[in-house]
Amino acid sequence: MLDFSILTDNLDAFLQGLKITIISSLIALLSSFIGGTLIAVLRMAPVKPLNWLGTAYVEFIRNIPVLVIIFFTYLAGNFGGMTAGTIGLTIYTAAFIAEAIRAGIMSVPKGQMEAARSTGLSYGQAMRLVVLPQAIKIVIPSLGNQFINLVKNSSLLAVVAGGDLMYQGDLISAKTYVTFDTYILVALFYLILTIPLSLGVGFLEKRMARSH
Amino acid sequence: MEFLAPFVEVYTLDHFKFLLEGFAVTLKVAAISIVLSFVIGGLIGTVRYARIPVVSKLLALVVETIRNLPLLLIIFFTYFALPEIGLEMEISTAAIAALTVFESAMISEIIRGGLNSIEKGQIEAGRASGLTYIQTLRYIILPQALRRMVPPIVSQFISLLKDTSLAVVIALPDLLHNGQIIYAQKGSYVIPVFIIMALMYFIVNYALSLVARKLELKQS
Amino acid sequence: MFKTKNFMKIALVTTMAALFLAGCGGDKDSKGSSKDVLAQIKEEKKIVFGVKHDTRLFGLKNPSTGEVEGFDIDLSKALAEEMFGKDVKPEYVEVTSKTRVGLLNNGKVDAVVATMTITEERKKEVDFTDVYFDAGQSLLVKKGSKIQSIKDLKKGTKVLAVKGSTSTINIREKAPETTVLEFENYAEAFTALKAGKGDALTTDDAILYGMAEEDPSYGLVGGTFTEEPYGIAVKKGNKALVDELNKALKSLKDSGKYDEIKNKWIKN
Repeated sequence: MLDFSILTDNLDAFLQGLKITIISSLIALLSSFIGGTLIAVLRMAPVKPLNWLGTAYVEFIRNIPVLVIIFFTYLAGNFGGMTAGTIGLTIYTAAFIAEAIRAGIMSVPKGQMEAARSTGLSYGQAMRLVVLPQAIKIVIPSLGNQFINLVKNSSLLAVVAGGDLMYQGDLISAKTYVTFDTYILVALFYLILTIPLSLGVGFLEKRMARSH
Repeated sequence: MEFLAPFVEVYTLDHFKFLLEGFAVTLKVAAISIVLSFVIGGLIGTVRYARIPVVSKLLALVVETIRNLPLLLIIFFTYFALPEIGLEMEISTAAIAALTVFESAMISEIIRGGLNSIEKGQIEAGRASGLTYIQTLRYIILPQALRRMVPPIVSQFISLLKDTSLAVVIALPDLLHNGQIIYAQKGSYVIPVFIIMALMYFIVNYALSLVARKLELKQS
Repeated sequence: MFKTKNFMKIALVTTMAALFLAGCGGDKDSKGSSKDVLAQIKEEKKIVFGVKHDTRLFGLKNPSTGEVEGFDIDLSKALAEEMFGKDVKPEYVEVTSKTRVGLLNNGKVDAVVATMTITEERKKEVDFTDVYFDAGQSLLVKKGSKIQSIKDLKKGTKVLAVKGSTSTINIREKAPETTVLEFENYAEAFTALKAGKGDALTTDDAILYGMAEEDPSYGLVGGTFTEEPYGIAVKKGNKALVDELNKALKSLKDSGKYDEIKNKWIKN
């Protein structure tokens, strides 16, 4: 069957890679969530130049490969592999999250914003306290999907020597001359991360459907 | 003015030609993959929608596994690991195979979703007027579902165009690969090359996304 | 309006066409596993050499002309002429350190002339000719760097290398304290070095000379700390081809043509 000695002999390396993958994905998720929310708000703000800025960012970033962003960040910037990879992932994912949140904001009934402002809140406060929380609740399943994509895209850290799970797998397969079993093991590690997330998102989607 | 020097050196006709050659490979690989994925994904999506016993469950397992794996892993696996069990292939074949496997799984979900969005009443109506299940699928359900699925499928094609860049790791001579060769000549070439590469990807993908949006509007 | 029937037909034809095209790509494996490679070369009147496309001085693709140039290319051309005269045409296919053995085994390539070091491990997988170039592993650093030899690679330093090369195994053995970062190919590794991602790049001195020539602000230090004899690799079990190549190599060396080619590329 599978050569499990590859796993046991290189357990440290696998776990180290897994650790980097998880840390990078979590940092990127948090950062792109914050960034994405900001950009979504920019796009909805009643200030034309800000709208344009947000839209330009989203349209440009969404249409270029994430690998190009990561390579650029790594080579043109002064960062190490993992940092550059995480920054690249953040820049890319933020554009998608911005879209998702914007869709969420637009599906919050307009009355909410008007009501909030009529109680004396500024645009920013109304956004922060009334509209966004509702928007975010609506888009949680789609954010979950973005997180899964993030974990998968984090494998690109391997191409800038970022020390993640995929990178470790590459090194192990080169060292042991065994590629098939090594990559299957790497796949299993990824599935351990992504399948629970997928199930979680599926569960959330069902809950959302029920409460509507 | 000195910082402009690398730009002038990079933006030559020969370099543009070289980049376009790479882009041609990107488009070719993506086009073949999307057609294959559409057919395979379509079949899988339809079979799962029809809930054929055993087969549907098996396909569900396969699709879920593939959708949850990084594409980079699938590419490495196809080109470097399969030879170990006797399956050798060329770089472009491996790239197309890996992309097709991944995208088929994605498209099968789009198609399954599209089919599911057609009200069940249509099937009953079809069967009531004497058509078999398959005939109902072919003449009533699929045409409507396919029309709805065109926008998400165009989106998927955009993703595919971007994802071909991952094949750079198996030395597929695509746009990114050729760009790398150019900026490998001089450190200062990195920024000019990335700007032109990003623009090329952006122009094509943005145009496609506009087409998708127009199609979406036409539907409603 | 979608005519489902027509759509199905189109889909079927497209699938078959696409599979046919994809299959065509893989079908050049007419150099099947059983046939003797030398015999096949003579029959098909062409010899396919696997060479690097990213290694200055040995095998480098010029993005402006589209031609591959280098010592490996010139040497293999001379060998083909020596062995077959004008009867057999030499053709060139790109290989990388990762793909070269696979391409030999599936017959896409008849001989690999791609800065490949002869090692006992590798002899188990391929057959090698005699040594055609003596290289040795060394270090490339920015001129004026604190790193002047392998002894300076202590804890906290970073060395860049290419995934799957013998250099990575050697450097980890000889400088166990240093951090090794591995990249997909030399171009990426050198780009990373130039971007300051590491203190030194390690691989064969021959390859490093090419990098130093491209960017003279980088230079080799510390001499060589391993021996890397390059050999031409052919599919295992093709002794006839190996013998022919060795004979041709010897005559090139005797006639002085070898030195001519070597001096054209290697100025050291």
